[in-house]
Amino acid sequence: MKYIQEYRDADLTHKLLDELRRATTRPWTLMEVCGGQTHSIIKTGLDQMLPQEISLIHGPGCPVCVTPLELVDKAIALASRPDVIFTSYGDMLRVPGSSRDLFAVKAAGGDVRIVYSPLDALKIARDNPDRTVVFFAIGFETTAPANAMAVVQAQAQGLKNFAVLVSHVTVPAAIRALMESPDVRVDGFLAAGHVCTVMGFWEYEPLAERYEIPIVVTGFEPVDILHGILDCVRELEAGEHTVGNAYARAVTRDGNQPAQAVIRRVFELTDRAWRGIGVIPMSGYKLRPEFAAIDAEQRFPEVQAIETRESPLCISGLVLQGIRKPVECPAFGKQCTPQTPLGATMVSSEGACAAYYRYGRLTK
Amino acid sequence: MTENVNLLGWTCPVPLQNYPTIVMGHGAGGKMMSDLIEHLFAPAFDNPLLAQMGDATALELPPGRAAFTTDSFVVSPLFFPGGDIGELAVNGTVNDLAMRGARPLFLSAGFILEEGLAMDNLGRLVTSMAAAARKAGVQVATGDTKVVQRGHGDGLYINTSGIGVIPEGIEIGPDRARPGDALLVSGTLGDHGIAILSVREGLQFETEIRSDTAPLNGLVEAMLGATHAVHCLRDATRGGLSAVLNELSGASKVGIEFDERSVPIRPEVNAACEMLGLDPLYIANEGKLVAIVAADKAQAILEAMKAHPLGRDAALIGRVVETHPGLVTAKTSIGGMRVVDLPAGELLPRIC
Repeated sequence: MKYIQEYRDADLTHKLLDELRRATTRPWTLMEVCGGQTHSIIKTGLDQMLPQEISLIHGPGCPVCVTPLELVDKAIALASRPDVIFTSYGDMLRVPGSSRDLFAVKAAGGDVRIVYSPLDALKIARDNPDRTVVFFAIGFETTAPANAMAVVQAQAQGLKNFAVLVSHVTVPAAIRALMESPDVRVDGFLAAGHVCTVMGFWEYEPLAERYEIPIVVTGFEPVDILHGILDCVRELEAGEHTVGNAYARAVTRDGNQPAQAVIRRVFELTDRAWRGIGVIPMSGYKLRPEFAAIDAEQRFPEVQAIETRESPLCISGLVLQGIRKPVECPAFGKQCTPQTPLGATMVSSEGACAAYYRYGRLTK
Repeated sequence: MTENVNLLGWTCPVPLQNYPTIVMGHGAGGKMMSDLIEHLFAPAFDNPLLAQMGDATALELPPGRAAFTTDSFVVSPLFFPGGDIGELAVNGTVNDLAMRGARPLFLSAGFILEEGLAMDNLGRLVTSMAAAARKAGVQVATGDTKVVQRGHGDGLYINTSGIGVIPEGIEIGPDRARPGDALLVSGTLGDHGIAILSVREGLQFETEIRSDTAPLNGLVEAMLGATHAVHCLRDATRGGLSAVLNELSGASKVGIEFDERSVPIRPEVNAACEMLGLDPLYIANEGKLVAIVAADKAQAILEAMKAHPLGRDAALIGRVVETHPGLVTAKTSIGGMRVVDLPAGELLPRIC
């Protein structure tokens, strides 16, 4: 595959690793923000090839992991209704709510469907005029434009039976929250390449300046990730803290303007709870008031009153912030395994706990 | 079409044509059911065993240990690029027998038909099953038909059981892998799963990806013809290569290591997996086997596989190790290492 295989090249990887070894004189802790990067790091085994001075912390950039329990429970309540067809990206189905997940709802007779794009959910709505199709609009700035576009099209087509359950979050707010937390020890950030493809990287410049920390826009293939790590380490070693772009083939400083425009048209900033972390001010998107008719929470006000119950054992929030390691959790590998996850970090293959679970078995 | 016909005393030489779809009566045990058997199943599977028409079929087995297996087929859609559920139902059970080194001989075929299934589609599927049975050299010796109400089935479900005979001197089992053994696959992985997904999800690719459904007994015979030093065989169906290797490493209490770069995968299957956020090592196959064989015979077996049409793309991909028993690891494209785990449940496309 052109434009992918070149960035998985073993020779190039080893050249970059050599350069990284030469550039590194002391320990550095970097956080890759995005779950897609974590996935790639685990899948290629890159984390075990790095110089031992470099530690990577898997950050809170997996939308599946940080979607708050309250929203997962609302999704479960909506999906259980006989008058609703609930549509979602696939990996949300296995995320545990207070008492069950969306797979269990499906097994109990709920109409839960996996879609690859919110526009597929629109088509389901057109084909099923007598039922309300709810789309679970989660994710970072990456999925926001497509989700916003679905809202715009639903309105333009006069689709009365389409609604979205919105749980969007933004990366710069997460970086700000992490840097404000006294416990977090991160020397540099690898920013999420796909988020920056949409948003550009100008938003990160004040963060790098204020917290005196290098932030490098980084792609997803192993060569891209190594390139990001190398740029970040070079800045750290030189005592610099700028915003670098190691993913220039996709990212510009200003980003994708039409995509940003559709986000602004449909969404506005709001305080948002992050699972395991808590409420981060102005860290998410909600629908603008003019789209209230498409808001599933307003269409079905009864889901507002849901009481949530998080596992008292799970420390996924501390894991997401890099404060605690998964193995330090009392439930790790006991009550909590990939088959019986208590928290979202054990659910997705890139979740820090799931990764530790697998590799722990190898090093035992 | 049927509503206005007086069925009393009705005798038509080709009565099935008057019912364009399956109705509840086709499973009621009466005339309609016997018409279905007489005019559709019996002529398609045409063999003297089926012609016994008893409650059970009497079989003569050649000497050796008998192998016995069963499998149910529930695929949707019923027809897909490269095959259909009928062909799959024969090949699946034939392959399960072949994976014990058995020569497949007899199949049973149980049909659960959904009211409303087009008779034409049933005819095509039964014909396709019969052709697959002939190709694999097995006889459908007994069968059963039930009809369920509309909405209670996906068109049709098929269960097939199979009996085969294991020739003298063949010892193949999931617990027989030993450290040092070589790991082989018979061809490109992921074709079937992606072919099904492409129809189910309405995904259009530039090149059509076809299911690899095929009977593997001929290939196994060719391998065993080269040497009996085959320790484990598995067809890599649900869960793909990763599920098979995890099962074998668990059953044999050994570790398995392979090199991702030597695993044959079609570029279009790889591209589809990249787009959908899936891993080809977890995708189902219906005509590919995984073999663990004595290292010193690996080359001879590989050559025998490559000489067979269903093993043209066969490859040596790894080995059995003493370290990390029960765990499967892969050397990655960049020379790293990863643990290849069992999938937790359904394969889920990733959001990002």
